[in-house]
Amino acid sequence: MRYLTRRLGFYLVAFWVSVTLNFMLPRFMPGDPVSRMMARSTNQLSSDQIVQLQRLFGLDDRPLWQQYVSYLDDMIHGRMGVSISRFPTPVVEVIGSQIGWTLLLGGTSLVIAALVGNLLGIVAAWRRGGWIDSFLPPVLIFVGSFPYFWLAMGALWVFGLSLGWFPIRHAFDDGLQPGLSPEFLGSVATHLFLPALTIVLVSIGGWMLGMRNTMIATNSEDYITMAQAKGLRPSRIIFRYAARNAMLPAVTSFGMSLGFVVGGALLTETVFAYPGVGYQLLAAVQGLDYPLMQGLFLIITSAVLVANFLVDIVYVRLDPRVRVS
Amino acid sequence: MTTAPTIDGLRAETGEDAVPAVTRPAVRRPNRSFVHGLLTNRKATFGAGVVLLFIALALLAPVLAPGDPMRITGAIGEEPSAAHWLGTTAKGQDVLALTLHGARSSLFVGFTVGILATVLGVGVGLASAFFGKVVDEVLSLVTNVFLLVPSLPLLVILAAFLPPGLTTVILVLVLTGWAGSARVLRSQALSIKAKDYVAAAQVSGERPWRIMVAEILPNMASIVMGTLLGCVIGAIGAQAGLEFLGLGDISRVSWGTNLYWAGNEGALMTGAWWVFVPSGFAIAAVAFALAMINYAVDEVTNPRLRKVKHAGRTGRREEGRA
Repeated sequence: MRYLTRRLGFYLVAFWVSVTLNFMLPRFMPGDPVSRMMARSTNQLSSDQIVQLQRLFGLDDRPLWQQYVSYLDDMIHGRMGVSISRFPTPVVEVIGSQIGWTLLLGGTSLVIAALVGNLLGIVAAWRRGGWIDSFLPPVLIFVGSFPYFWLAMGALWVFGLSLGWFPIRHAFDDGLQPGLSPEFLGSVATHLFLPALTIVLVSIGGWMLGMRNTMIATNSEDYITMAQAKGLRPSRIIFRYAARNAMLPAVTSFGMSLGFVVGGALLTETVFAYPGVGYQLLAAVQGLDYPLMQGLFLIITSAVLVANFLVDIVYVRLDPRVRVS
Repeated sequence: MTTAPTIDGLRAETGEDAVPAVTRPAVRRPNRSFVHGLLTNRKATFGAGVVLLFIALALLAPVLAPGDPMRITGAIGEEPSAAHWLGTTAKGQDVLALTLHGARSSLFVGFTVGILATVLGVGVGLASAFFGKVVDEVLSLVTNVFLLVPSLPLLVILAAFLPPGLTTVILVLVLTGWAGSARVLRSQALSIKAKDYVAAAQVSGERPWRIMVAEILPNMASIVMGTLLGCVIGAIGAQAGLEFLGLGDISRVSWGTNLYWAGNEGALMTGAWWVFVPSGFAIAAVAFALAMINYAVDEVTNPRLRKVKHAGRTGRREEGRA
């Protein structure tokens, strides 16, 4: 329990840092881009909205500490202003309509990459020098060296445009009603395939090598020799003895790579025009939509923090040493 | 980022296994054998060869493809031919010239950011490990926050607010890239700090910064090199991503901006693969070569991974017989 409260405290600090960063960026950056944005869109905005945006971006004349206190209050209560590029939708609503797609894309690819990668790593370490151990790592490192978005462009070109096997943009066919109908779910799956595949391809090598190296260390432990001497079945030794103990670093990196996957999803979403938060973040930057930009950054960060906390909870279940200390 | 914990985990073992046995007789020897190990390692020589080739191409770009690479030299969207080895873009620029000149900015930014981020990481990691207590608490907290905040969205936000340009790109990449190395280096410095010779140096009254620079740092050389390579790989990829999104300096030729223009001018839609393949391939080749050197460093410094190689050979033989 003490461990978890410490972690929770740490995540709160991280959250506070990102809020403060959001607070400081428009106030201390040269060029004052925000007042230009306001000047362009004053005839659009109602006077209420202008006042709120001025509060959020420090264009009112209150002292800095007052601005900061009210900013923290606004953020905690989700008052992030209205989006400029998608006027007059509030920022929170824009994000709410899109975060599901990013979670779907990022979550699916992360889980698949981690599962397959770790399994490959286990097999590679167990059969050292075998086919999987000697052939796959260099290939996967090579594939992993390509930039996310470049691989996505290649996949889009080969499978989407040249062969025409998969759709090339958006999350589902135009004209379909979102719902639980098989037609809609099938459309979502075919649209998900290529973007998820590129993320999996780039990230799988890291998982495999990480697991392989930990497994090699675990395999030289005495209790593995003991298990072999007892004549246990190899599958039992691999999964119940070796992999079980080699799994902890993989759980930690699962939490760490969440942020990485969100980043990768940003680029992949851009290439495939996939309507997630990453695609929206870029659109916000291009449309100079500062309220939406900041809201997206805060939501993405919070999502990563929450996910990491969940991983911590799992970790406590898995590693008894954490519970004792 | 996914490999970081692994390196972390393996380092702890190397510290235990290798150092006591080898360092005792002479301090110089491990370094010499490290360099020797690298020079005879196939992965390392291959990686170094590829990286040096690209550096040479970057330096020779003005000779190989004279003039401004942005100027229009051919017809629009030509396929590769004798006149334009890699074809032309939708604007009629020579793709080979763009790729060669792109290497200059990409490698420059990659190595500059890599070195700066590593220096920052070494500083923070060493200070954190050596001073301990409050300094360690604060620095570790900052490091962990930077590790956790997703770096690409942070890059995008920072790039959106800062004035566009090369300095911004470098600054932003260093800011988001140093934390991983700081954490690895801190844990390594901690394990070295526990060694007797550091205690001896402290007792004999050496100054803190001297102990850090002269006693601890030389014994972390291979890890510093590993993190440097990792930082350079990360920086080249992150710069390309940032510029692909149009958030870098679009007026400057680099592999990232080449890909940005390729996407913007619809190279995919028109099937002009020759426009986006070369720059992406160049990024991948450099990153792969650096990764190879990195794995070689790992193999040379980690006896367990080296032993595995031999075990692997015998293992294969046994399997072949069975």
